[in-house]
Amino acid sequence: MTTSTKTSTTDIPLTAPVPMTPFQEFWHYFSSNKGAVAGLIVIAIICFMAVFANFVAPHSPSDQYRDALLLPPAWLDGGNWSFVLGTDDVGRDILSRLIYGSRLSIAVGLVAVTASLIMGILLGLVAGYFRGMIDTAIMRIVDIMLAMPSLLLAIAIVAILGPSIVNAALAISIVSLPHYVRLTRAATMAEMSRDYVTSSRVIGASPLRLMFVCILPNCLAPLIVQATLGFSSAILDMAALGFLGLGAQPPTPEWGSMLADALQFVQRAWWVVTFPGLMILITVLAFNLMGDGLRDALDPKLKQ
Amino acid sequence: MFQFIFRRLSLVIPTFLGITLLTFTLIRLIPGDPIEVMAGERGVSAERHAELSAQLGFDQPLYVQYYHYVTGVLQGDLGNSLITREPVMKEFLTLFPATIELAFCAAIFAILIGLPAGIFAAVKRGTVIDHSVMTFSLTGYSMPIFWWALLLMLVFSVNLGWTPVSGRIDVVYWIDDVTGFMLIDSLLSGEEGAFSSAVSHLILPSIVLGTIPMAVIARMTRSSMLEVLSEDYIRTARAKGIAPWRVIVIHALRNALIPVITVIGLQVGILLSGAILTETVFAWPGIGKWLIESIGRRDYPVVQGGILIVACIIIVVNLLVDITYGIVNPRIRHSR
Repeated sequence: MTTSTKTSTTDIPLTAPVPMTPFQEFWHYFSSNKGAVAGLIVIAIICFMAVFANFVAPHSPSDQYRDALLLPPAWLDGGNWSFVLGTDDVGRDILSRLIYGSRLSIAVGLVAVTASLIMGILLGLVAGYFRGMIDTAIMRIVDIMLAMPSLLLAIAIVAILGPSIVNAALAISIVSLPHYVRLTRAATMAEMSRDYVTSSRVIGASPLRLMFVCILPNCLAPLIVQATLGFSSAILDMAALGFLGLGAQPPTPEWGSMLADALQFVQRAWWVVTFPGLMILITVLAFNLMGDGLRDALDPKLKQ
Repeated sequence: MFQFIFRRLSLVIPTFLGITLLTFTLIRLIPGDPIEVMAGERGVSAERHAELSAQLGFDQPLYVQYYHYVTGVLQGDLGNSLITREPVMKEFLTLFPATIELAFCAAIFAILIGLPAGIFAAVKRGTVIDHSVMTFSLTGYSMPIFWWALLLMLVFSVNLGWTPVSGRIDVVYWIDDVTGFMLIDSLLSGEEGAFSSAVSHLILPSIVLGTIPMAVIARMTRSSMLEVLSEDYIRTARAKGIAPWRVIVIHALRNALIPVITVIGLQVGILLSGAILTETVFAWPGIGKWLIESIGRRDYPVVQGGILIVACIIIVVNLLVDITYGIVNPRIRHSR
């Protein structure tokens, strides 16, 4: 090991490198993935826009400028720099609506992912810990839900409850539930056979303590990855529902419903159609990139 | 093998019952009395209400209602549309060929582009080609397809005028409904230009609907090919001096395709739910558009029946995929 006999610089201390903390290790793997870092930066910007929409947006999302209907983006002929991305058919600033729309998309994503994560963890832990009848019952329901395409199931749920943004968020969280249940159950079952769980049980830890204090923290890695990817599908499904008229209702500045409103102006005003969709694509892409990066960084099998 | 198929089939029955239970509860969860919902704005008198109740079986206990519902479904009876008064099954069957045609062309597009792209990326691993294939496929995977549809329409239909904006065929042609598939019917009609008009109407919707499956297929093909290419027998084949293309196409691809075929089969769900969005944008008269319009018109039997049929199609396709996989890969057949 020691090569110091040959080197003249004897003043280098021969100590082992300080082991990386788990977070440093995670960051080491995560930051080596350029796509993931780009995704993280884009998400940070979108979250910033969402939180500070009141300050960032140049106009109110509902103000109608009657003298500036269907104005093209600023860099085109007839554009106006006070409406950078142009205006829609009733003279609302598109940039401001997009910024306020990010608030809605992030909020819906957050609510849907949190709700399905909590429910999924509970069901998955119970199924994986107790096995037997409970497990079979839960997994059968999960299989039925997985047999339906998520968008179709979400449409069915919204069709029952009536179109609104709250119901759409609820539908999306129900639809994404099966993935979390399956992941948590599989991870729980893998952890259950480990020695540390057995020894905790021998010491006399209660089932609740075993489930939430011992097992759950060790199942988190795949759940974090799934939650990130769940964010992207929540945003995509939300926009699809909005586009079909089953999500946010028209005056609300939601990306999908903005596109639905713009359908009739496709021929006259490309910008009304282009920017909301671009926003959806960029956001979804950023979450997918970050999810892939997280998977690589958190999955021990892929580490060298 | 029969044991495997039998085991797999026995799993389908509870799933089917679960889905019927879901669609059965669907109509009962709608806030308000189902008969008043069906009557709409006009409202119904008390006697008419009782009469309808008895006629539709709403006065019976729930489990009896469910029993009648499932036996009806098994005989292909999904009730009648509230708007057109036609049986839901009949409406579905007239519209389904349009969706199949679209989904089929989309699948062809996805396979024709996705498969070679994935192979190419795996063979040229780490090069610019690999990175661009992966970037495109991730973008395709993240694509809001309803927007993609609008964008393509904007460029190719509005600006360039190459393709029509919506529908299945130009209104100048009157095509007899023989098979329900416009490509075949337009050929059979013998009218000049009818077939090319049908094709041009199909191009954009197929690309839009095929985009996500294409991205998934490309990704899957790449990773599966990479795995196979690192196997010893590939090195042996190369060492024997077999032409590089032959190693890739004959030796590697065959084994790499097994998981890819499964993935292609599983795209049917994505194609059918994607058809809802694609058909809405392109005014394509298929089941997706029919379902969305029925939700808008509060035509609940259609929504209920449509969702049930689509879910059943997906179950059946997934079953077929599983069985095929079992035939191709003995390891799956014998596990558990």
